[in-house]
Amino acid sequence: MNEMARLQHRRLALYGWMLAAPALALMSLFAFYPAIATLWHSLFTRGTTRRPSVFAGLDNYGDLFADPTFWTVAANNLIYAGVTIPVSIIFALIMALWANAHIPARSFVRSAYFTPTILPMIAAANLWLFFYTPDLGVIDQITGFFGAEPTNWLGQPETALASVIIVTIWKESGFFMIFYLAALQTIPPDLREAARIEGAGRWTYTRRVLLPLLMPTTIFVFVNAMINSVKLIDHLFILTKGGPNNASKLILYWIWEMAFSYFDSPNAAAMTILVLLTLGIVAVIQFRLVEKRTHYR
Amino acid sequence: MTAETPFIQIHSVSRVFNGGNGVHDLSIDIPRGSFVVLLGPSGCGKSTTLRLIAGLETADQGRILVDGTDVTNSPPSKRGLSMVFQSYALFPHLNVAENIIFGLKVRKTDKDEIKTRLNEALNVTGLEGYEDRKPSELSGGQRQRVALARAIVAGHPLCLMDEPLSNLDAKLRHSVRKDIRDLQQRLGITVVYVTHDQTEAMSMADIVILMKDGKIEQSGNPADLYLQPTSAFAAGFVGSPPMALLPAKALPTDVIPTGHNERNLTFGIRPEDLALSTQPDQTAWGIAATVTGSEFLGAETYVFVAIPGTDGATARLPGRVHISPGTEVSLSWAGAAAHWFDGETGHRLSLMKTSQTAQDSPLNTETDTAIPTL
Repeated sequence: MNEMARLQHRRLALYGWMLAAPALALMSLFAFYPAIATLWHSLFTRGTTRRPSVFAGLDNYGDLFADPTFWTVAANNLIYAGVTIPVSIIFALIMALWANAHIPARSFVRSAYFTPTILPMIAAANLWLFFYTPDLGVIDQITGFFGAEPTNWLGQPETALASVIIVTIWKESGFFMIFYLAALQTIPPDLREAARIEGAGRWTYTRRVLLPLLMPTTIFVFVNAMINSVKLIDHLFILTKGGPNNASKLILYWIWEMAFSYFDSPNAAAMTILVLLTLGIVAVIQFRLVEKRTHYR
Repeated sequence: MTAETPFIQIHSVSRVFNGGNGVHDLSIDIPRGSFVVLLGPSGCGKSTTLRLIAGLETADQGRILVDGTDVTNSPPSKRGLSMVFQSYALFPHLNVAENIIFGLKVRKTDKDEIKTRLNEALNVTGLEGYEDRKPSELSGGQRQRVALARAIVAGHPLCLMDEPLSNLDAKLRHSVRKDIRDLQQRLGITVVYVTHDQTEAMSMADIVILMKDGKIEQSGNPADLYLQPTSAFAAGFVGSPPMALLPAKALPTDVIPTGHNERNLTFGIRPEDLALSTQPDQTAWGIAATVTGSEFLGAETYVFVAIPGTDGATARLPGRVHISPGTEVSLSWAGAAAHWFDGETGHRLSLMKTSQTAQDSPLNTETDTAIPTL
């Protein structure tokens, strides 16, 4: 091989590594190393000054599965994800279609929909705390107007999780709407006219043309919503603290509780690994199955 | 006027936009089975007219009839027409076959019939073997054919085309032009075709409707437009290189028809009607001009000349002509080849310089082309 060409290849490879280096260093420090450390940590018992930590194998995982709270929290999170993901995506899509239509005060509608996204989750949760206040809150004022009894929305197991879910949907829909809005604006109006001439009504156009073309956005939003359904727990600290009776406790909140309230870091580490594993599997399924059926321009 | 009622009748239709463009009090009759080209510069209302026929725009005033039925307020799908868009408007997520049968599927056509028609459309447009490709995997010309196949698959008697060739390269444009014309004749459909390219209009149309500022400037068969432009605008728009339009006051007085005020006249002459002579005073009535440049095109040479007080003119001379810039020449023409327009309104004036005889001019003989009634 030509000496010069080989040198150029080497320089190109070096150049590539140099470009990747900053991200690689940061990722290793703050993502890869902690993940491996957590895995390692989850295999040992909880150490105290009197009893040092010893290798425990999968005992910590066994403990988790034996704990009824684990199953409650897992079920809660499944319900939380199962409701917030589809509902916020559907709301986002409807809002985007609405905000993309030729309506008066369009920019006002857009910014109004986006406002919840700008608010920090803690502030939003405090706002909703007032809405949910029994008897005095906005919600009870409205239901009271129709003669309903005051309800302690956040204080009873039957409604606590639902109340938390509503706050999340309210917070996320506007954010996802922005992505749909951006995607809608890249679809040329010609397609709509062509579909109209071919006899497609509004619904047929939406189903046969619009939704397939929005599929890449939907996948992106779906992945985000799924990550958030595990990640977004700020409002729990303000609204319910996971109660009453674990009725609104989600996985990440429980991990935080185990690690920093009960100082049971091995169990928290084991739970973290389980979450990582689950998300990893779901991500692989998503990339393998869904992406294949999606049209990217 | 033929006894048969026109296929499309547009009765004094207006559609005005906030920006000011649109069409004003437009009336057009389009005979069945004809190839009609709406021609004009951008903003002249030709696309608006097409969209009004399609039903993508609603007329503010007036009526539109297709095949005797009033469709003024009907949705596009109820008008029995198809359309080819400038951008082709193919659905990027569907393959060629799905794109073509989109409308048939929406209309819930029988499955076997869809198959037959799809094969027919693929055959006619030469797209066999491309059924499973996505539009992004096709060349510009192939995409254009898919759009064409989608337009003809339903068998509608009317097809609207909105500058369908403007995204193709020059060579392809020429062959597709012929293909579209052949297709229209074979299927016997009526085509309304919008373009700003006068070459397309002249080569394809049965009837050219030249528009300007939302109104019809002139309509007729291509030869009419070329030989008898009714206005200075039509004269300048049709033909390439365009007709030279010279204010009469820049011309020698013996050229001006007698009894007319030279200030109110515009003189027009086609490039091929101009003769160039390097010996001045060969004829009594020449225009003195200076050559500014020339273009050799193989079979002919364009010679550009400057005439003081005008925008200049172009002469189209057969074969190869050597003439260097700066040469003083005298321009002359057969008297009948001259076009005269009103200097202010631009209207055509039928006058002829009395001293000129023009029996030898081929332009005066009757054209045997059938002129469709409009």
